[in-house]
Amino acid sequence: MSGPLCEAREALVRGERTSVELTRACLARIEATDERINAWLHVDAAGALAQAAEIDARRARGEHLGPLAGVPVGLKDIFLTRDLPTTCGSRILEGYRPPYDATVVARLRAAGAVILGKQNMDAFAMGSSNENSAFGAVHNPWGLDRTPGGSSGGSAAAVAAGHCLGALGTDTGGSIRQPAALCGVVGLKPTYGRVSRFGVIAFASSLDQPGPLARTVRDVAALFEACAGPDPHDATSADVPLPVGLEAMPRDADLAGVRLGVPAEYFGEGLEPGVAAATQAALDRLRALGAELVDVHLPHARYGVAAYYLVATAEASSNLARFDGVRYGQRRPGADLAAMYGATRDAGFGLEVKRRIMLGTYALSAGYYDAYYRKASQARTLVRRDFDDALDTVDAIVTPVSPTTAFRLGERVDDPLAMYLADVFTIGCNLAGLPGLSVPCGFDEAGLPVGLQLIGRAFDEATLLRVAASYEDATGWCGRRPALCEEAP
Amino acid sequence: MSAADATGWETVIGLEVHCQLATAEKLFCGCPNRFGQPPNLDTCPICLGLPGVLPVLNRQAVDFALAVGAALGCTAHPQSVFARKHYFYPDLPKGYQITQYDRPLLTGGAVPVDAEDGSVRAVPLTRIHLEEDAGKSTHDATDATLVDLNRAGVPLIEIVGEPALRTPEEAGDYLRALRAIVRYLGVSDGNMDEGSFRCDANVSVRRRGATTLGTRTEIKNLNTFKGVQRAIAYEAARHVDLLEAGQSVTQETRLWDDAAGRTRGMRGKEEAHDYRYFPEPDLPVVELSAAELRAAAEGLPELPAARRARFVDALELTPYDAGVLTAERALADYFEAALAAHPSNAKGVCNWITSELLARVPAGDIATGPVAPVDLGRLVALIDDETISGRIAKQVFDHMLAGEGAPDAIIEARGLRQVTDTAAIEAACRAIIAEHPDQLAQFREGKTRVKGFFVGQVMKATRGKANPQQVNALLDRLLAEDASDP
Ligand SMILES: [Zn+2]
Repeated sequence: MSGPLCEAREALVRGERTSVELTRACLARIEATDERINAWLHVDAAGALAQAAEIDARRARGEHLGPLAGVPVGLKDIFLTRDLPTTCGSRILEGYRPPYDATVVARLRAAGAVILGKQNMDAFAMGSSNENSAFGAVHNPWGLDRTPGGSSGGSAAAVAAGHCLGALGTDTGGSIRQPAALCGVVGLKPTYGRVSRFGVIAFASSLDQPGPLARTVRDVAALFEACAGPDPHDATSADVPLPVGLEAMPRDADLAGVRLGVPAEYFGEGLEPGVAAATQAALDRLRALGAELVDVHLPHARYGVAAYYLVATAEASSNLARFDGVRYGQRRPGADLAAMYGATRDAGFGLEVKRRIMLGTYALSAGYYDAYYRKASQARTLVRRDFDDALDTVDAIVTPVSPTTAFRLGERVDDPLAMYLADVFTIGCNLAGLPGLSVPCGFDEAGLPVGLQLIGRAFDEATLLRVAASYEDATGWCGRRPALCEEAP
Repeated sequence: MSAADATGWETVIGLEVHCQLATAEKLFCGCPNRFGQPPNLDTCPICLGLPGVLPVLNRQAVDFALAVGAALGCTAHPQSVFARKHYFYPDLPKGYQITQYDRPLLTGGAVPVDAEDGSVRAVPLTRIHLEEDAGKSTHDATDATLVDLNRAGVPLIEIVGEPALRTPEEAGDYLRALRAIVRYLGVSDGNMDEGSFRCDANVSVRRRGATTLGTRTEIKNLNTFKGVQRAIAYEAARHVDLLEAGQSVTQETRLWDDAAGRTRGMRGKEEAHDYRYFPEPDLPVVELSAAELRAAAEGLPELPAARRARFVDALELTPYDAGVLTAERALADYFEAALAAHPSNAKGVCNWITSELLARVPAGDIATGPVAPVDLGRLVALIDDETISGRIAKQVFDHMLAGEGAPDAIIEARGLRQVTDTAAIEAACRAIIAEHPDQLAQFREGKTRVKGFFVGQVMKATRGKANPQQVNALLDRLLAEDASDP
């Protein structure tokens, strides 16, 4: 199916809708349901309406407009936005207004997108349930006592609740794909280097990658095209040509000739029955569409979680050093410099952030570096090699996104290890730098959404989008909405 | 001779030099790289360490570092890696410094250092790596700390020498040689006052003849060449005193207090750092192309040591004079330009530069000063062809310093051409003798020193334009004549 974003864009072009109408509708839905969902940290209603009015005026004058002209979107609060509050879900940045736009934000603006505001997230993108936000957890629109997943939980929940037509999140270990799965929307983690990280608050620099969330694959493709591409401000961004017109993929295409790898390592213990059943049904459907399913092996997958939590925390301990209260953000007084640092960081960072800073600091310490960080880097190389070998023989790999559907808020807060295992199927992509996509593939017995993950070759997001679009056209899971969306705004 | 030498101990010194590179922009952002601006003017989100920013490497800094590497014979590595070095301080905006750790850009090489006997010693280097500078903290009277981040992100090379220096003087020579080279290459102004050339010294002592190194201390806060030498001498003597008293040296970092003339230990807290180095994930591996390496080697100018040797061998200057002229590239260039105007007298041109010009114009201003090198060369030529005397030349030179232009024009305009007409000089001499019968009488009584009086009077009468040799010779003859002709 086309998707609400692409449809809105066409309606705007045909003059059937105005951007102001669309923006008002989104703001009304936020108004109606966000008190229960808590997906937004800052809604810039006046700014959004002004942008929408300007786009409408320019359209009326017949000016050339960008590909997302007039489309209301949301941003995870990890993206820096000039003059709009940016907190990264943390107290330490409360009240911070950046002096510049992230590259992807500038690209969205240049494409004509209307920025509705900033979305809730686990502080510094550290979490899988959104319960690590300093500004309260996000509630899943499919079940308000459930987590939306994390860390881009606000973005996934907002898209699922119809607050916006699309959103940008970031994915370090599954932070786009897992909440997309748990909220029944589509999420793409592009290849590392495909989308600029400049102006995105860093969690783990070698793993972080911004990407879109939207209701359908084609909507995701439209957002992806608007923000991907090399950036002179990001030395790790890659200059690899981007296929254009992805959102115009033909309807109901079959998958003849497509080889999909199924790794046994991702279908073992710990998979909830509802997830296992939906995933198996999805595999059957893919085969019915003409894809050839092939067994592949990722023997080092089991080292992924350990390697990930060493690399990610080590980099985080370094990246978060700049939040010292000296130049911006909240500062707490102290008797001397060390006391000021201590008080500021103690008051500003939440428990999970502190836990990861300590883990990462330890992993980099003199005498432990070889045993932890270096070993983790070596394990990472092995994980990447597994994927490379598998993807030599298949076009993409198919796995579940999350071993469970949306769990109850509060259920895992005291068990960080159980929480970390929520990422077990998604972190491989980040360690290997490969693109991964989450597409809805059904519901469990409780009516909670299940997501299917496609992992592709580096810079081959196009194959993932094409396979997912065919699957989506054939199944229509994306058409289902949470009951909350049926309420009149 | 240092205290250590005198007591049969040997001092072992290794220097780490931080040298700012004079690139147009900072190392990882587009801010201008310049000194002396109002605080925090030359900053941007990147060098302020704002959330979300990323570094992008300035390749000019790599090229500058490669030029130094080529000049010092270092091995340039086709792949090198940036790393993060962590510590908290308000003038370090990101909480880490981007530097190079286990895979530096350059390794090996040596600094050619002149010994006093004229020989050249190659002092080996461990490595040279690229890194960013931190900002500057100043502590004001109200106990507040003020942070200026103009310097944050300025490119540095750290030049790590082997512990191969043996005396404070040799350390000073090493630093001067290194500074001359970076200035010759045009990659740094090497200005110690402005902090663009800084040095830490590692010092240890051992019994003469011992082959293992003693425990070392690292001295920081060395801001002048003289301070470096004094600090090393002080520290070596301190080590010897400790060891001779049966105590041991503690490995630590010490600060040099120039006013007090001593080093002091830093408090443990200031020093106890675990820098937690790891590869900088925001920057790809630095790859060097064959073209970059070739450009570094081919772009090398003639370096001070080679130029000095050429001045001695081809121009027959003394090693001392050659050393003075080549200490600064601008000065050596000036000398060669002046010499081009008067190629037959290198020694004369050199003397006029070292004893007259440098006495009046600071070395740093010579290239842009009032006396063009071609004019200085011409002035020496005019002395050599006896158009003017050396004394008149000094007058002409004063006018040149005053910006009056070429010496020929000054001589014409002011009528300073030397009188070499023997008849005219003789007439002047005879007139002076006739005017001073008393002095003549004294001369005849054997007080031959009175001749100087006559010379002075003749020069005065001719307003200095008479050729002094001619005056002398004529007076000798005339005074003798008069004596024998009553
Ligand atoms: Zn800057």
